[in-house]
Amino acid sequence: MSYKFFPHTDDEMRAMLNTAGVKSLDDLYQDVPQELQLKKEYELPEAMSEIEVRRFFDGLGMGNITMRTFLGAGYYDHYSPAVVQDILKRSEFLTAYTPYQAEISQGTLMYIFEYQSMMAELTGMEVSNASMYDGTTATAEAMMMAVANAKKRNRVLVSETISPYVLRVIKTYAKFHGIQIDMVPANDGVMCHNCLKAELEKEDVAGVIVATPNFYGILEDYTGVADLCHEHKALLIMHCVATALSVVKTPAEWGADIAVGDGQSLGIPLNYGGPYVGFLCTTKKLIRKMPGRIVGATKDADGKRAFVLTLQAREQHIRREKATSNICSNQSLMALYVTIYMGLMGAKGLKEVNEISYSNAHYLAEGLVKTGLFEMAYPDKPFLNEFAVKTKLDIDKLQEYCNEEYLQCGLKIADDTLLIAVTETYSREDCDDLIDACVTFNEEQEGK
Amino acid sequence: MSKIIDGLYYSESHEYVKVEGDFGFIGITDYAQHELGNVVYVDMPEVDDEVTAGEEFGAVESVKAASDLMCPVSGTVVEVNEALEDEPGLINKDAFENWIIKVELSDKSELDNLMDAAAYKAMIGE
Amino acid sequence: MNNTFYGKLIFELSQNGRQGYSLPENRCAEYKMSDLPKGLMRENAPLLPEVDELSVVRHYTNMSNNNFGVDTGFYPLGSCTMKYNPKINEEIAAHREFTGLHPLQNTETTQGALAVYYFLQTSLAEISGLSEFTLNPYAGAHGELTGLMIMRGYHMERGDVKRTKVIIPDSAHGTNPASSAVCGLDVVVVKSRPDGTVDVDDLRPLLDDTIAGMMMTNPNTLGIFEHNIGEIAKAVHDCGGLMYYDGANLNPMLGKVRPGDIGFDIMHINLHKTFSTPHGGGGPGSGPVGVRAGLEHLLPNPRVVKVEEEDYDYFKLECSDKSIGSISGHLGNFGVMMRALAYILTLGRDQLKWVGPLATLNANYIKESLKDVYELPIGGVCKHEFVYDGLKDKSTGVTTLDVAKRLLDYGFHAPTIYFPLLFHEALMVEPTENESKQTLDEFIRIMRVIAQEAKDDPEMVKTAPHNTPVRRLDDTQAALHPIVTWRELVAEAE
Repeated sequence: MSYKFFPHTDDEMRAMLNTAGVKSLDDLYQDVPQELQLKKEYELPEAMSEIEVRRFFDGLGMGNITMRTFLGAGYYDHYSPAVVQDILKRSEFLTAYTPYQAEISQGTLMYIFEYQSMMAELTGMEVSNASMYDGTTATAEAMMMAVANAKKRNRVLVSETISPYVLRVIKTYAKFHGIQIDMVPANDGVMCHNCLKAELEKEDVAGVIVATPNFYGILEDYTGVADLCHEHKALLIMHCVATALSVVKTPAEWGADIAVGDGQSLGIPLNYGGPYVGFLCTTKKLIRKMPGRIVGATKDADGKRAFVLTLQAREQHIRREKATSNICSNQSLMALYVTIYMGLMGAKGLKEVNEISYSNAHYLAEGLVKTGLFEMAYPDKPFLNEFAVKTKLDIDKLQEYCNEEYLQCGLKIADDTLLIAVTETYSREDCDDLIDACVTFNEEQEGK
Repeated sequence: MSKIIDGLYYSESHEYVKVEGDFGFIGITDYAQHELGNVVYVDMPEVDDEVTAGEEFGAVESVKAASDLMCPVSGTVVEVNEALEDEPGLINKDAFENWIIKVELSDKSELDNLMDAAAYKAMIGE
Repeated sequence: MNNTFYGKLIFELSQNGRQGYSLPENRCAEYKMSDLPKGLMRENAPLLPEVDELSVVRHYTNMSNNNFGVDTGFYPLGSCTMKYNPKINEEIAAHREFTGLHPLQNTETTQGALAVYYFLQTSLAEISGLSEFTLNPYAGAHGELTGLMIMRGYHMERGDVKRTKVIIPDSAHGTNPASSAVCGLDVVVVKSRPDGTVDVDDLRPLLDDTIAGMMMTNPNTLGIFEHNIGEIAKAVHDCGGLMYYDGANLNPMLGKVRPGDIGFDIMHINLHKTFSTPHGGGGPGSGPVGVRAGLEHLLPNPRVVKVEEEDYDYFKLECSDKSIGSISGHLGNFGVMMRALAYILTLGRDQLKWVGPLATLNANYIKESLKDVYELPIGGVCKHEFVYDGLKDKSTGVTTLDVAKRLLDYGFHAPTIYFPLLFHEALMVEPTENESKQTLDEFIRIMRVIAQEAKDDPEMVKTAPHNTPVRRLDDTQAALHPIVTWRELVAEAE
């Protein structure tokens, strides 16, 4: 036997079997009852050489169409600096486990500390955990954290303006965790504050989940919401788009207790849905209720500054069923991704990203409205780089048409409504192409 | 050899109650703090919370372990030891001096279900 | 090599006015972000570093030098299956025809990606002897939670609502009870026998109509195959419960045993263990969940479904009301699936079957080679891993922690320590099939050297490591006064 991933020569194998006190590899399974052993070959393809593996994926890749995308809905095609991908390939980072042995894991521990620092800055919150799977599950964790904190309350209110993709996940967690979710209605694309007040006054709410920017791209005004929640002993959880936080009012400034969301917008490639990185930041007061890993600064035996996993007594390997969460890892490599990204971009770069995205999005919105084929769904509401438009066009057919032009025109969120996002990756010409495609599509439709 | 004080009541989960009139001071025993190691955090209830005998009222954490605090008696919390918030290690210095909560006892007969010093000493095998 | 910047944080390299990026000119600058209402904008910019590109590259390159990975050296971390992460996987995962796909793109334009999902899903089903997998869960613990939701969902849809307890062996991974709690299930612990396997006599009285099911790792966390699994599964099934297989220890089963064939109804697999995707310092992982026939409808939304037409097949996404619901943003960590599929194709049917036996051979070889100096509490053949209960000679006062730390000095990663909890000085070793006899022999030699050092110079071992970038850390101080951000670190210094 001689394969590239199995270094055992026949001679070595004989010697090792001898030491192990058995005659054959089969004997190593003498404790497994015969009737439980697999007696057939796997019905899988034969081993492929590297050339064949490449050809296989090249072939499948032809079934995909990568396009200029005006799709957002929480996941954005932002610029990703070459440095990030390159450093992520360093196998000392890539092939390490969770940093249990701190003495030989200072690399991982240090970048997680940087990550926590940067996410705390971005959200304005005091502390951050070491990252979570993604934005949807981070929101679910925040919801459970609010319920655990409230002790005897199990109702959580969720604004209707939150992403449906987040909502469907937290609903699943809630169903099994025994949490009652009730929606706070929205008017004209923003949460109804009076409706929230009425629900809070029932004095049984553990937490309230709102979004900034919200699913429609709108920057909602949350003045007074945090005070209202706290008056009624509920935590305010704010779901955010990470990149936007460098310029828009932060969860901390709104008075939120927990900030969550997906870090994908910090330059992570779309990658068909993952891996991304979830963030969860909170106040120092709630740090011991926080799920997930946390890295802290300390000193080593020589008094040198060093970093270590800390507050582990909250975690599953110690507390088992009483842990704050079942999470026993973080999305470490993706946390490194956004850390390097933020290191390169700095506050100034992030602001520029938002400025260009803002300008492009407003240029596109105005251009689309000018065609007469679209109108703004929420005309008087402020937005950053994502907006909803209403149209009489057949959106399904428009999407098909645009796909043929290697364009994705946005997400259909109602029969007559399209959600469109623009980032700094795209230019004025790209926006013009989309506008032209809509006009041509309409002409072709009318010509029929 | 752990310190055990006569005249206190002890639970199987290593809490003690020191009774003064209608009130009980509840903490963990010297044996328990020794087993746990350096205490880094004490999770305590709030004043006015109701506690019930046999139920959890908080937790003590060391770096590598955590232990739930089980209430040996029922009653209302009238005071929590705030000094432990800043310096949880006080429990390691003197577990009996540094009680965790002071409770107004609702049913003194519950004390009969607890051990005296001799019985506790026998239980921990010292 | 560490340069003089070692130990600095990126914040400490910052100089006002430096820049590490380039962006195109704003060509729609007539639309100004500053027109947004002031009350909706943040007051102060975030305190992020200002660094040039080369400084960033050197900073993280040096940082990586203070890390130990599988590519650095032998990583016998029990329960974690630190096998080699093939380079072809990384190349495939970076394929540009896949990385640019938006998760909400029309499925007509993502057929290649859906084919990857489907092909991996069906391959895992074949390897596990189960009917269908979801690849949506992001990690092992997430898979456990998803699997338990399916278990509970199965009872709920039959109106059997009183089944709210799950049985878990005392030797189980801590995630098992934690996932159960998140899923709203109460944990009932079943004891182990002295040989580490489940005590069937302790199990039987626990079985009644409140039991939703039982979670098991097989081989268990001591590396021992639960040979009574047939009897256990039958007893749990007879009482109406389902059997859950924690796939953390699937590696030694490859080629030899399929969980679906030995009585398990639901399982998760850690692609980052058994299927060679990198651990990434803690993630991203992937925790696919498989179910036996009859439970497929409960799998989370969305599901990737193959539609067979007369002249061609295609894939689509399906959401169903019968499902437990969604547990992830979209289809999970797609990039990780690309790697796992590349691995399965590289090994194929003819090599995958050697993974289990060779991993098991490596574990038994170490186990037998050191049992004269390290305490081996459980004899007989182990599977992919085994546990020593510390040094045989306990008189030196040198603990498992000390041995682990001393190993770092010799350039090896430490085994898993103080788990499972059944032994006081647990030292859990898992080699994996990729390690050569030379590597194992060197590890064995060093473990002997350390055992000797424990006798000759115990103080030196107790203060190890001595040659690592930092020495033993004060984790009490870290937990007493948590400093978790740069801002707090600066405040502390002042």
